[in-house]
Amino acid sequence: MNSTRTLILALVLATAATFAVAALLVNIFQRKEEEKQAFFRVVELTDDIEDPAVWGKNFPFQYDAYTRTVDQVRTRFGGSEAVPRTPTEADPRSVAAQSKLEEDPRLKTIWAGYAFAHDFREERGHAHMLEDQTYTERQIVAKQPGTCLQCHSSVYTAMKKLGDGDLFKGFDKMNSLPYAEARSLVSHPVTCIDCHAPDTMQLRITRPAFIEGLRALKEHEGVKDYDVNTMATRQEMRSFVCGQCHVEYYFKGPEKRLVYPWTKGLRVDDVLAYYEETQFKDWTHAETGAPVLKAQHPEFEMWNQGIHARSGVACADCHMPYKREGAMKLSDHHVRSPLLNINRACQTCHKWPEAELKDRVETIQHRTFELRNRAMDAIVALIRDLAAAKKSGRGDDVLAPAQALQRKAQFMVDFVEAENSMGFHAPQEAARILGEAIDYARQGQLAVRGETGPKR
Amino acid sequence: MSAPGWSVRRTSTLLWAVTLTLGLLIGLGVYTFVYARGGSYLTDKPEACVNCHVMRDQYAGWIKGSHRSVAVCNDCHTPDSMIEKYAAKAMYGFLHAYAFTTGRFPDEIQITPHMHGLTERACLKCHAAIVQAMTVTGANREKLTCLRCHGDVGHE
Repeated sequence: MNSTRTLILALVLATAATFAVAALLVNIFQRKEEEKQAFFRVVELTDDIEDPAVWGKNFPFQYDAYTRTVDQVRTRFGGSEAVPRTPTEADPRSVAAQSKLEEDPRLKTIWAGYAFAHDFREERGHAHMLEDQTYTERQIVAKQPGTCLQCHSSVYTAMKKLGDGDLFKGFDKMNSLPYAEARSLVSHPVTCIDCHAPDTMQLRITRPAFIEGLRALKEHEGVKDYDVNTMATRQEMRSFVCGQCHVEYYFKGPEKRLVYPWTKGLRVDDVLAYYEETQFKDWTHAETGAPVLKAQHPEFEMWNQGIHARSGVACADCHMPYKREGAMKLSDHHVRSPLLNINRACQTCHKWPEAELKDRVETIQHRTFELRNRAMDAIVALIRDLAAAKKSGRGDDVLAPAQALQRKAQFMVDFVEAENSMGFHAPQEAARILGEAIDYARQGQLAVRGETGPKR
Repeated sequence: MSAPGWSVRRTSTLLWAVTLTLGLLIGLGVYTFVYARGGSYLTDKPEACVNCHVMRDQYAGWIKGSHRSVAVCNDCHTPDSMIEKYAAKAMYGFLHAYAFTTGRFPDEIQITPHMHGLTERACLKCHAAIVQAMTVTGANREKLTCLRCHGDVGHE
């Protein structure tokens, strides 16, 4: 009896051990298979296929990550919250991001008279770019051109079609269309084809405004006839493809041509100098009558002034860091804040605990945020003084110099405020810009009182 | 009474079953050991460490690093004495195999405090004389580590 029990126990144990060894063997086999890095081309990609799902058949890992940009996750100073809303006929969205105007009403004062004072929300992920632009209230209060779609949709194939194969011709045509008409030509937010060549998967630039902007910048730096698609290095391209859209821009002339104002350089002072020379204004401020400018998400420009750019770290290194799928190393196409992915984004170079790295970033951002608040107060104070002076009938000799200073100060604050890193992309540069903006606002208030500041 | 006869037959059947299962276990076990290049882990060859692809970056870094001609993985990552060495190999072998099998580990792998201590002491195997002045003095000697500044000498 006893020996039977022992034997049964031995059988059970031997069976369990065999089971475990077999499972381990299969697992080792799988891991070895992963190493072979199989790539299956199941569809033939051409330069006319814009549907990312088709590209995704060849590149399932990249596509899977790409579709995750629908997520809405907050970080301390960025990201977005999913705010439920009741869908209407005009706007069928049931979820939107939180309103930045409600978070900080000073923005309404600063943008008085401009469409942004009506609706301005925290940016959501890439997947939402097209619907969020289609349904923003800014479309209702102002007539928008087709130019907007350059960066809110996958326009590459649509532009080519519009220009009969000529990208630049299609670009000009699309810019001058009314928004609704141009909108009917596109159907996706940014997709694979906007950054990748279909045959080699190499990174490439598809936005004419960036090609022209960079050529102008290189000319300023002494390089003639720069062609980004043949002359840029691979590492440069890992930032340039992002710089196609994450930049300051304006719509030039009645044909609303998209232009990146880089002929004098990328710093805020260079951009401002360009606008002063061309006498461009986005709108006339409703309370002060100043010819003012709105800066738009100049991430590429700001990053260029920072230590990471100087060390050769590209946008993709932190926002699309390398990850492993099996033994395959690939860029994470779930583009997002590095703070949500610290291990892959930061710890590749910075061998410190995650909490320490997060703390360092937030310290920088918090300092920038404090200074930004001071700067916004300074601008609002200038606007109040200037509006009062205008109301009391002061002449242009007093108003004009103050208005010019408002234009300058406001653009500089916006250059940091609209930039999506709360100073992190270039901490000292952001502080310098805000500090100078506060000084310009102060000089503006002096000008309203008929005084001039010290000559510098 | 047929009970004793039945019992004997049952015992002998069970004995066969156990023997066969054990045979299967041993066969499968040996095959798995060979297939997984189990023997290589008993050596000091750095190639054994890249049997699984996780260590490729470290291996590539070592190949191009300054220590490639004077030290292999085990010189810095295991103690010198035979017993301690194989104890460390067994422990880390198990931990690495566990992590790799379950897939639960960060892409940018991180050193454990214990392994950090091992590598720290390994520096002294060769460099004790030159750092003697640093290791024998200083109020916060505990906090002074070679790797704080020289973290990438072994591999990037």
